[in-house]
Amino acid sequence: MTLIETKRPPDVPAKEWRAQRPALLLDGDHDLCPGCGEPIALRSLLEVIEEIGWADRTLAAVGIGCYTALTALLDIDMVQALHGRAPSLATGMKRMRPDRLVFTLQGDGDMVNEGLQEVLHSAARGEAITCILLNNGVFGETGGHMTATTVLGQRTKNTLEGRDAKYHGHPISMTDLLTPLGGVSYVARGTVTTARDVERTRRYLRRALETQIAGNGFSFVEILTMCPTGWFIPVAEGPGYLNETIAPVFRTGEFKVAGKPVEAGS
Amino acid sequence: MTRRFVEGSEAIVDAAILAGCRFFAGYPMTPFTEVLDHMASKMPAAGGVCINAESELEAVGMTWGALATGARAATGSVGQGLSLMQESFSEITRAELPLVVFNMARGQSDYYQSTRGGGHGDYFHIVLCPIDIHEAIEHVQLAFHLADRWRNPVQIYGDYLLAHTAEAVELEPIAHDALPAKDWALDGSLNGTGRSRNVNSIGMSKGAKGIAPEQFWKRLQAKYERIREQETRYEAEFLADADYVVTAFGTTAKFVRHVVRDMRDDGRRIGYVRPVTLWPFPAQIYRDCAGAAREIGVFELNGGQMIDDVRLSVLGGAPIVSLGGISSDESGFGVGPLLNTEVIRTILEENYARATGGGSAP
Repeated sequence: MTLIETKRPPDVPAKEWRAQRPALLLDGDHDLCPGCGEPIALRSLLEVIEEIGWADRTLAAVGIGCYTALTALLDIDMVQALHGRAPSLATGMKRMRPDRLVFTLQGDGDMVNEGLQEVLHSAARGEAITCILLNNGVFGETGGHMTATTVLGQRTKNTLEGRDAKYHGHPISMTDLLTPLGGVSYVARGTVTTARDVERTRRYLRRALETQIAGNGFSFVEILTMCPTGWFIPVAEGPGYLNETIAPVFRTGEFKVAGKPVEAGS
Repeated sequence: MTRRFVEGSEAIVDAAILAGCRFFAGYPMTPFTEVLDHMASKMPAAGGVCINAESELEAVGMTWGALATGARAATGSVGQGLSLMQESFSEITRAELPLVVFNMARGQSDYYQSTRGGGHGDYFHIVLCPIDIHEAIEHVQLAFHLADRWRNPVQIYGDYLLAHTAEAVELEPIAHDALPAKDWALDGSLNGTGRSRNVNSIGMSKGAKGIAPEQFWKRLQAKYERIREQETRYEAEFLADADYVVTAFGTTAKFVRHVVRDMRDDGRRIGYVRPVTLWPFPAQIYRDCAGAAREIGVFELNGGQMIDDVRLSVLGGAPIVSLGGISSDESGFGVGPLLNTEVIRTILEENYARATGGGSAP
């Protein structure tokens, strides 16, 4: 059992502590589906940025995906990138403003399909940026199509009988690709399926951003998120499907800390 | 300021740094490579950053990010590399970021690519096309100014001759009008106030659920109309009594202008027009000379691209004839046998004689 770090005073119930909207989150409607994991991931990120005291010194490059429907509510200076290109934009932003915290938001279709070379090159250059991958294994925005991270056997709009390795190839694990690269300092993967996992993911995000602030090179956090719409399952079954089908393939935990590989699933 | 004998690539880089460019990202490709070389060697001493990007796609992306923070930033390549950048060019343009692009094209065959936007969507880049290195030094400084003034990309359309030949030049800073503050640039200072910035190409604002692309893109079109009115530039000689007008662009125009001046010395009533901005195209000057001239000859070293803009300018007011054509060296860099003043003289004499009734054959 891992001890979860929290700034919550012991006498304040967790529910109450989290009931307050983060200052960096504007009040308003968004178009994400019920049961989607992305709002939980984004809210967690905002909370961490506020906690570490960088709210007024943070810039973002955001990709294109469902989460783009929420970025108008993130009260952070940002540039809307093209599909796949956010790490390159973040590179230019950080090189011109090294005193700012710079992060990217990308989905699996954005980062792993369209922009794989951009994130790998940015990582290998050791850019002091934090790249965040929201991985739900489908192109949610187009209605649930296969991406480069769709796990074997997973049904999508264009793998109706399930992803078949012989016909559709194999999924790509970003943590496997990034961990061996020089220039990469921090690599972790979390989920948002349970309160405990949300807390762990918040810790990974904080460590990734602290890696950047310390000037220790590239940091990466992948967050597995639910997409009950794209997975064609009832909303309530989303977290269970993720834990049983996707998490066994894409293992959670920290894979590289302070530039040194660690045992997976720690 | 001392006079120095430098190749065009170095002069362009010196002018860019003089204009305040502090970020450059590029990928080597002939004949653009030397621009990247000089940027890599000179930018650190100027307090700037030059990244040898892993691809053109990444070079333009990095520049995009640098621009979003308010920096003066540039990228470049040849037409082939610019093809790879077009997707980002379109987004950057519609996000109203002041990009400067150094296009050291392989000849004149990328006129369409440069003047028609090039990527998806309704947009234009301002395209400055210097005739020589002296003018390139002016154009580079002007490019950064115009990019900031209009919040629109500006391209320098150069070529092998411009990048790789040397001239004795003076690098003089050019004073431009004051520019508005870049209050749109990202610095994080407004985070959490409800007024944080969102640099995007679809009219997305913060706090709103929706986007307003139609309204946003109509505003951009109105901007293009103002650019057409205010930034059209050309060079013209001997138009007042010209029976025949020849037009050319870029370094090719230097050869044509030389021949036209020689023919004037020999009594031919020939005039010359060069678009300095390929976009916006100086349509009015062609309309003005169409009435008196028997014909307008377009000398361009490609299959016939600028000739379309000349035709659209005069709308049938004068016959428009192609005098150039595809002409290249074995490497495909666009320095071919037609780029020769004796050959051009022969072509212009023949066409002048034909169009003006043969009254002044040599």
